[in-house]
Amino acid sequence: MQFAEAILHYDFLQHALLAGLLGGLAAGIVGTWVVVRRTSSIAGAVAHCVLAGLGLARWLQEVHGISWADPMLGATAAALVAAALIARASHNQSEREDTVIAAIWAVGMAIGLLFIASTPGYTEDLMSYLFGNILLVRTADLWMMALLDVAVLAIAVSLHGEIQALCFDEAFARMRGLPVGRLSLLLHTVTALAVVLLVSIVGIVLVIALLTLPAAVAGRFANTLGRTMVLAVILSVFFTTVGLGMSYTYDLPAGATTIVLAGVVYLGVRVFWRGR
Amino acid sequence: MTTTTPVIDVQGVSFAFGPVEPVLRDVSFAVERGDFASIIGPNGGGKTTLVKLILGLLSPQSGRIRVFGQSPEKARPRIGAMPQHAVTDAHFPIRVIDVVLMGCLRPGRNLGPFSSADHDAASEAIVRVGIEGLEHHAYSTLSGGQRQRVLLARAIAPKPELLLLDEPEAGLDRKVEQDFFDLLEELNQESTVVLVSHDLGFVASFVRTVICVHGTVDVHPTSHLDGSVINTLYGGDVHMVHHDRHL
Repeated sequence: MQFAEAILHYDFLQHALLAGLLGGLAAGIVGTWVVVRRTSSIAGAVAHCVLAGLGLARWLQEVHGISWADPMLGATAAALVAAALIARASHNQSEREDTVIAAIWAVGMAIGLLFIASTPGYTEDLMSYLFGNILLVRTADLWMMALLDVAVLAIAVSLHGEIQALCFDEAFARMRGLPVGRLSLLLHTVTALAVVLLVSIVGIVLVIALLTLPAAVAGRFANTLGRTMVLAVILSVFFTTVGLGMSYTYDLPAGATTIVLAGVVYLGVRVFWRGR
Repeated sequence: MTTTTPVIDVQGVSFAFGPVEPVLRDVSFAVERGDFASIIGPNGGGKTTLVKLILGLLSPQSGRIRVFGQSPEKARPRIGAMPQHAVTDAHFPIRVIDVVLMGCLRPGRNLGPFSSADHDAASEAIVRVGIEGLEHHAYSTLSGGQRQRVLLARAIAPKPELLLLDEPEAGLDRKVEQDFFDLLEELNQESTVVLVSHDLGFVASFVRTVICVHGTVDVHPTSHLDGSVINTLYGGDVHMVHHDRHL
């Protein structure tokens, strides 16, 4: 059955397609902020800490019977804690920020692995956490993605000038009296939430690519931050949709197919497009 | 004493980053309205710290700073600032007009797009610094001299009464630097200009007052500058220098 035809027949493919659309919107906008602020390592660390939250929630559910400990809740909490820790470390300049990021990255991952090892029967989940499984996206996840999209769009429109100033020239933003600390925290928080939701599409290991590659390609063609975002959204949606189609057609893992596609386009643009 | 309120009034200010030797010790000086002053001194002498104190981004451990007779935080919207090393990511996707509009940002601004008044102010600033026609060019494609003008336009867009520039000439060649200072002299017709520089020899031909920062502060009218002032600043020897005000 062709991909286009299969979509009409299978709910899980429709969900997957919708997840790509909704996730792509957040990825394009948030990813543009991440790329121009050069905070992709922060996004990577937050993504790996998500495993600690997922593992903890699973462990509480399975071993201790605490049913409200939803993995999504755990993932969100872990991502926000990681983002707050990194924001604090970068504010307190006596710490080397990259060292703090590397530590949080690895320790978060390790905590997650320990919880998963202590939870009987759930080791097989590890693969879908790490590499994503867009075909397992639940209706509740789609609603959360839609909610995040609304929040991200509202922030991008209402605070565009402020965020642009923060990304372009933080010293100047401070001199104009903008609340630089609170704006940074807002961006860290939105990034953390986007990471959590994108993890369900491409997984912990690959999420950083879905955030950065579309925006990096877009930045080579667009001459404003707004146009970069629009183009990054289009590219994100293109990568997730075509990635899903290719994975269905050739029976490949969807997350990996999506990221390889994005990587090929990124490299192609770098090599063959001389830029403006 | 003059009857008008000085633009910048610094009285007995000391500042230290933590429990170490203070960067500034008991500093007092005033900048009068319409002045064209330069803050000079060796690296690490406290020039940028002084700028941050005037902008209210740092608070002194002792002493008092007033700008237009107000606290620095309150006066901040009346100051047009050009921070040091302002150029960030060389490939940042942004146009000249977007950079200049940043000057119109202020706390409490209405959310959303810039107002038409902000756009008018930005266009006016662009004409003022002589870069009209470049509005829609990508900032990343401009020359160093053009970029400095864009950043100056950004500083003057909100029509500040005080222009505070931190080493704006860094990285420019002499011809471009000369043109830039000519432009500052023009802007000095309307606003007080204070500029931080490490290049005393060059600024001396433009500015009227030199504020020497090396832990303490001396103020010299430019006409009184001589070798011994420079020696005091950059050499090890500290001697009393002849100048008419030792504040």
